[in-house]
Amino acid sequence: MTTLTFEDFKPGHFGTFGPRHVTREEILAFAAEFDPQPMHLDEMAANASMLKGLSGSGWHLGSIMMRMLFDGFIGRTASLGSPGVNEMRWLAPLRPGDDLTLDVGVAEARISRSRPETGIVTFKGTIRNAAGVVLCEMESPIIVSRRAEAGAE
Amino acid sequence: MGFFEDIEIGAQREFGSFTFTAEDIKKFATQFDPQRFHLDEDEGRKSLFGGLAASGWHVAAVCMKLLVADGKRLAAEAAARGETVAVWGPSPGFRELRWIKPVLAGDTIRFSSRVETKRTSEKRPEWGILQIRNTGINQRGEVAYSFLATAFVPRLSAGS
Repeated sequence: MTTLTFEDFKPGHFGTFGPRHVTREEILAFAAEFDPQPMHLDEMAANASMLKGLSGSGWHLGSIMMRMLFDGFIGRTASLGSPGVNEMRWLAPLRPGDDLTLDVGVAEARISRSRPETGIVTFKGTIRNAAGVVLCEMESPIIVSRRAEAGAE
Repeated sequence: MGFFEDIEIGAQREFGSFTFTAEDIKKFATQFDPQRFHLDEDEGRKSLFGGLAASGWHVAAVCMKLLVADGKRLAAEAAARGETVAVWGPSPGFRELRWIKPVLAGDTIRFSSRVETKRTSEKRPEWGILQIRNTGINQRGEVAYSFLATAFVPRLSAGS
């Protein structure tokens, strides 16, 4: 399989990935280690919370998105890492048993000024559950190598 | 973890520190971010990071872990003083998350927060909305991580 480089990312829809099934056990395990708020751990407290039922941590959802991005294409992309996340919107709760689908679009792709052998590709990721409800939207730049011949220009 | 009315813009707090071991870094990366520079020391050294580097999502998750632990400490202290404990609501998201310096195996990150803005919620008058900048600084004093969190905070004068 060929490795994807900067030239492979053009503005527009890039791909749809998943579904990724999320179990109650993994929601509880992530919450216990990283986000032990009652709404992520305890059914009774969760029912009384604004989210009305047990929900996964937003940071868990972000981490799952990272894994879906890796499995979808970053694992076969000449990625050099990411400088951050411009925005994350948590729009609806992640629930035990959800089957997640990730839509990825390229918002912008430009050559790096400081490292001209690389480009910066800004991705928009949207996760939906099986009912089509958007759970989160994220925009994040990733640094990607250009093809060797392009870098030598 | 006070009520909306008790929180002042500019308020700062150190809320914990964490040392990232190679074992922690690889465990998180195996599950959520198995890029080669998060899994293997040699690959990390060859990468832009210059060593085995924690996934940015791992740094973010550890920051949340320390925030929650600090919130529980503050709630216990408030309860011990006989005060009503403010239970914060879920967050609608964040902006401007920056992975500024790599977090390498053995690095210790100290985290702190600063309240940047506050306003009342129009849709939910019993809640206020804060923007809080959380920052992680490594053992060399370099800012490695920061993000601008949004939080729902209960109002004392709920609905009034």
